[in-house]
Amino acid sequence: MRGGQINLQDIIARSATTVPSPQVRDGGIDPVTKLIDVSRCIGCKACQVACSEWNDLRDDVGECVGVYDNPLDLTPDSFQVMRFNEYENEQGNLEWLIRKDNCMHCAEPGCLEACPAPGAIVQYANGIVDFNSEHCIGCGYCVAGCPFDIPRISKKDSKAYKCTLCSDRVFHGLEPACVKSCPTGSIMFGTKEDMLDLAETRTNFLKSRGYENAGIYDPEGVGGTHVVYVLQHADKPEIYNDLPKDPRISPMVDAWKGVTKPLMSAAVGLAALTGFFHYVTAGPKEISAEDEEAVRADESSEEERQ
Amino acid sequence: MSHPGREEGLLRYGGWTRLNHWLVAISFVLLVLSGLPFFHPFFWSLTALFGGPTMTRIVHPFIGVFMTLVFFIMAIAFFKESLVKRHDIQWLKQIRDVLTNRDERLPPVGKNNAGQKMVYWIMLLCVPLLLVSGIVIWQPYFADAMPITIRRLGALTHAYVAFLAIITLIIHIYSGIWVKGSFQAMIRGRVSKAWAKHHHDLWYEEEMAKERRSREIRRESRKPHPPQSRGTE
Repeated sequence: MRGGQINLQDIIARSATTVPSPQVRDGGIDPVTKLIDVSRCIGCKACQVACSEWNDLRDDVGECVGVYDNPLDLTPDSFQVMRFNEYENEQGNLEWLIRKDNCMHCAEPGCLEACPAPGAIVQYANGIVDFNSEHCIGCGYCVAGCPFDIPRISKKDSKAYKCTLCSDRVFHGLEPACVKSCPTGSIMFGTKEDMLDLAETRTNFLKSRGYENAGIYDPEGVGGTHVVYVLQHADKPEIYNDLPKDPRISPMVDAWKGVTKPLMSAAVGLAALTGFFHYVTAGPKEISAEDEEAVRADESSEEERQ
Repeated sequence: MSHPGREEGLLRYGGWTRLNHWLVAISFVLLVLSGLPFFHPFFWSLTALFGGPTMTRIVHPFIGVFMTLVFFIMAIAFFKESLVKRHDIQWLKQIRDVLTNRDERLPPVGKNNAGQKMVYWIMLLCVPLLLVSGIVIWQPYFADAMPITIRRLGALTHAYVAFLAIITLIIHIYSGIWVKGSFQAMIRGRVSKAWAKHHHDLWYEEEMAKERRSREIRRESRKPHPPQSRGTE
């Protein structure tokens, strides 16, 4: 498997860019995928630690509020968090559902669509959606665009951050840090094809163990994702801490960023041009010298009369 | 030649009004220039005018708050003269005559014509919408506290309303160039009487009535005083 190039010549999508991005080197690159098998996760958080370690992130030590989730939510310094759920199944038994939450690396990324800064968000041929924070202006539009509530704006530098799928490691043929650290094989990494194969094997196994609704979470609404879950209850993704059932880029974001903007930009230009041509053809509204004289004459005769 | 102490023409916009108008105008143009880059990447190079993309993102909302403030002061001052009258509807129906400069066919109008009044009411609609939608997407102060749906709605509203405001602005600026004397009126404050009679006949008549009244008062005061008052000296 080839993970793609580090020289930025295999970019298939780039934020706020209307011309093609450098992509001659996208040939033969397999799309990559991280497979998260929720049924095998024991919640040890090794992946969370590995993520901080590899990415040189040290989030503030928070407070324990009585649950295992720590930090409670994603932050600019925590690209991933484990979300713990106590679920009572149909038989009345407790299931501990632990979902590793991080960027899904959508094939159709809402963040990239919403971003106004050219090149601040890029999508490589291997499918990784990366924030090029040097170009980030901190407007927060990516937050509004994301269907999974992933990006976070840092208080330190007002830039957006999220999981990179360890693009730096992947470029060098390594798996993401979280994958390497997982002791149970709950997190796997490879080509999308291989991962979907593996996911199917796991799903079949889970079904044979009584999880009738076991399935793969690779939502079509965003064109599929490069982070795929195996869920014991794929019919109810919302029980995994509100994993959206049918995520898609919000229609409001589409209406905001879609075809209307180039049309409106053209209309602004046309309005200015229309003005110019109106002036050229119809001409200005001017008061003739005779009119000025007539009004002056009226006025002085009126003054004399009085 | 004008006489000392007596200015030519009619006063259309006083000094404070002109100052107010140009504060709104300058901040509005700065808002358009700093906002368009986030509207469409086609305008991205405009960020260079404000010290770079991030700086543009930072200054835009502050200019916006300032503009809202000065706009509302102006909106209050212009409220009464912007109320729509019956003759304004007739004027609008004859917009073809307006555009083809057949002014002699138009009904006489007051201090502002229907076009000017429309600019007033459209902007009065746009500015509060832009303020509210701008605040909900304002990083880093307010946006983080807003629910995601509100942020999306805010971004959408801000873009669409800004478009309406920009088109209105273009029409407004062009009208100032097209109708000779109106730009000068907002710069120096005065218009010629012929201009007033031609474009705003009802306003002209009002102003003339005022002038006649003040002339009468002056004449009254120039009359010789009755003898009994002189006797008290």
